[in-house]
Amino acid sequence: MQENRIDDVLAAFRGKQGSLIPILQKVQERLGFLSGESISFISKALRISESEIFGVASFYAQFRFTKPGEHCVKVCLGTACHVRGGALIMDAMERELGVPAGGTTPDFKFTLERVACFGSCALAPVIVTDKKVHGSMTPAKAKDILDQYRRRQG
Amino acid sequence: MRRLNSPGEVEKFRREILSARNPAEPCISVCAGTGCLASGAMEVLEAFKAELDRQGLKTRVDVKGSGCPGFCERGPVVVVFPEEICYLQVAAGDVPEIVARTIGEKKVVERLLYVDPATGGRAVRESDIPFYRNQTRNLLCSNVRIDSKKIEDYVAAGGYSALAKALSGMTPVQVLDEVRKSNLRGRGGAGFPTGEKWKGSRNAPDPVKYVIVNADEGDPGAFMDRALLEGNPHSVLEGLIIGAYCVGSREGYVYVRQEYPLAVENVNLAIRQAGECGFLGKDILGSGFDFEVKVHKGAGAFVCGESTALMTALEGRPGEPRPKYVRSNIKGLWNRPSVLNNVETWANVPLIINNGADWFAKIGTRTSTGTKIFSLVGKINNTGLVEVPMGIRLRDIIYGIGGGIPGGKKFKAVQTGGPSGGCIPGELLDLEVGFDELTKAGSMMGSGGMIVMDEDTCMVDVARYFIEFLTDESCGKCVPCREGLRQMHRILADITKGRGKEGDLEILEELSETAVEASLCALGKSAPNPFLSTLRHFRNEYEAHIREKRCPALSCKDLISYWVDPGKCRGCMSCLRKCPAGAIDGGKKKIHIISQEKCTRCGTCMDACPSKYGAVTKISGRPVPPPVPEENRAIAGKSSEE
Repeated sequence: MQENRIDDVLAAFRGKQGSLIPILQKVQERLGFLSGESISFISKALRISESEIFGVASFYAQFRFTKPGEHCVKVCLGTACHVRGGALIMDAMERELGVPAGGTTPDFKFTLERVACFGSCALAPVIVTDKKVHGSMTPAKAKDILDQYRRRQG
Repeated sequence: MRRLNSPGEVEKFRREILSARNPAEPCISVCAGTGCLASGAMEVLEAFKAELDRQGLKTRVDVKGSGCPGFCERGPVVVVFPEEICYLQVAAGDVPEIVARTIGEKKVVERLLYVDPATGGRAVRESDIPFYRNQTRNLLCSNVRIDSKKIEDYVAAGGYSALAKALSGMTPVQVLDEVRKSNLRGRGGAGFPTGEKWKGSRNAPDPVKYVIVNADEGDPGAFMDRALLEGNPHSVLEGLIIGAYCVGSREGYVYVRQEYPLAVENVNLAIRQAGECGFLGKDILGSGFDFEVKVHKGAGAFVCGESTALMTALEGRPGEPRPKYVRSNIKGLWNRPSVLNNVETWANVPLIINNGADWFAKIGTRTSTGTKIFSLVGKINNTGLVEVPMGIRLRDIIYGIGGGIPGGKKFKAVQTGGPSGGCIPGELLDLEVGFDELTKAGSMMGSGGMIVMDEDTCMVDVARYFIEFLTDESCGKCVPCREGLRQMHRILADITKGRGKEGDLEILEELSETAVEASLCALGKSAPNPFLSTLRHFRNEYEAHIREKRCPALSCKDLISYWVDPGKCRGCMSCLRKCPAGAIDGGKKKIHIISQEKCTRCGTCMDACPSKYGAVTKISGRPVPPPVPEENRAIAGKSSEE
C-alpha cells in the first residue's frame, strides 16, 4: 500500500498552514508521481477535497500524474537555448525516443520533458538527463548521450 | 559552531577566523556553480583534493568550491590565491600540472590562461580579463572568495557586519531612512523603490508581518539570482534579516524555484548555520529581536514571480494573482503586511548599511542607483554574469564586456526584461541602461536577462516564442490574457509557417491593446511587449514572412529549404552519413542531393559539411534549384574524403 509509504510525510506537516504544496512535493519525490490513490489519501488526511488538490497540483509544472520513465530527459527551451537552436535538439529527442515532449517511452526507460529555463544559459543549448546538465548541445551530441544511457542498460 | 551573543562578537569572530588563516598560504578556489559543475567542476575539485593529498600538501593548501564568478562560458573556472591566478576550462587532467607548477614552483601554467582574441595576449589575473575588468562587481566580487557552504568564509569577508551595525547602533527607522536615501529600486523587474515598500509595511498597524525573498527566477535566459543564492546565500539572508528588523517582522520566507536544486540546498544550509551562530532565531545577537526563515520550493509556474501570485502559492493554493486594490505590503501573505523583494535587492541591503546610502547613490544614475547584474547570453562571445553600474551604455556591455558577436556575424538586437520585455535594435546601442531608459525604448529592465541576437535570429519567431511561453504560463484567471494570448500565438505561428495574410498585423495590434489595457496582472499587461517591440523595430521581417513567405534570417523551418550547392560539393559523404532522415542521396565523389520531400530541416547536414567546402546552404522565399542530372553528378579530381 502506498499509504504506508507516505504517512510519515503527512505527519511531519500536520497542523501547519500552507503545507499542501510541500506535501505534494515530498510525495512525488517518494513515489515518482502523484497517483490517484495518494491524492485521495492526502485528501482524507488534510480534509481538503480531491478536486481541490488536483486543482493545485495541475496548476504547477512540477507535478505529474503518470508514472515516469527510469530516466528523465529534459530539454531546455529557454530564450538563450532557443536562439542557439534548442528547438532542433527537442526535435531530435522526439525523433530518437519516438515520443512527444511530455511523453514516456513504452518500455518506461525514458521520459521526455521540456523545461522553460534551467538557468544554465551560458552553456546553451542545454539538456538535463536525470540531474546531469549537458551544455553546448547539437542534435548529434544529444543523441550520443541517449545512446550512452541505452548502452549502460545493455 | 558557536553562538554569538552581541553585535560586538561578530567582529571578534571575524578576527579569530582570519588569525587562524595565513593569507600567504595558497588557496585554490574551484567554481562550484551550476554552470561549472555541468562542465566538470566536481571532478576538478576532487582531483585537486586527491593530488594535494598525494603530494602531502593537504594541510598547507586550502581547496574550496566557490560561488559562481560569472564567466560560465569558460568553465570550470579555477582561481589560485593569493596571486589570484585565473585558469579557465580546467579539466581534471590539468590538476597535477597546476599543483606542480603553480603551487610547487610558483609559476603560471600559460596554456590555461585567458587569451585575448583581439591581441593574442594572455591575462594572468581575473582582473586582467576584459570580461571582468570592465565590470563593477559589488555583489558578485565575494563569490569567488567564498565557499558557499561555509558561514566562516562569509564572516571572514566582512559578512554580517551590517547586521551587527544595524542592531547595535541603528533604530529600525534609521535603517529605513538609509534604504530610502539610497534610492534602491527593486531588482525583480518593476523597479519599485524598496524603501517606500518597506515604509508601507512598517507603518501598517497589523502586528504580524512577513518578509519574503523572491527567488522564483522564472525569466528564461536569466540566472543572476541563482548565482547569488547558490554562491553567496548569506548575503541575501543578511539583507532579509535587516529588512525584517526594519519593518518589524518575525517570520520570513525564501521562495526558490525547484529547478534550482543547488540554490535550495545552499540556502537551507545557510539558514541552519546562521541559526547556530545566532544571526537567526530568538534574541538575535542579544538584541531581543526574533526572526525565523523558511524555504518554500516553487513548484514551477512562471506567474508565481508576480508578487500576489507568489503569496497565494505560499498559502498552498494555485498561484493566481490577485487584484491590487490594496498593495501586498499592506495586505499580502495571509492578508498580513508582506515585503517581497527580489534576491538581488536583498543582497544590496548589507552594502547600503555598511557603506551608507550616499556611497550607494553615487553609483549609477540619478533615477537608477547602484549596480545591476545581467545575464549576458545568446549570440555573444563571452557569455555569463556581468555586474555593471546603472547608466552604462548597452554597447559597452555587449562589446566591451561581452566581446561582441561570434563568427563575424552581425548584431541584430538585444532582448531585455524576459518575456515581458522587448528587443532593442542596433540603432539604440548607445542607450544608457536604467529602469526608465529601457522602458522608453519599448523594453524593460526586468530581472536582468540580456539575450543577444544576431542576423540568424528571426524576430518574428522570437515574438512567437515569447507569446507561446506566456500562453503556457498564463494562469487563466482573466480573459484578455488567457484568450488574447492564445489567439496572438496562433496568428504568429501561422506567420512563421508561411500562412500569414494581410490584416494579421492589425489584428495582433488590436489583441495587444486589449491585453495591455484589460489584464489583471503584470504578466498579461506586459505580454504583448515582445510582439510590439519587434514590430516597432523589425516590421520589414514581418512583411517578408507575410507577403513573400520568406524568412530573412533563414530560421523559420517551414520557410526554408536546405540545398547542396553542386559547385561546392566534394562528395565527402559527411552529410549523408549524419542525416537522421535518410534524405540525402550521394556517394563517394558524387554530388549529393537533398530530397526536399524527406528533409526534416534539422540542419545536421549544414553542421556536418566541412567548413572548407561550405556546400550546404539555406534558401528561403524562392524555389530550390532543380537537382543536377544523374550523368553530371561525378566529381572530378583527387579523393576528398579527408
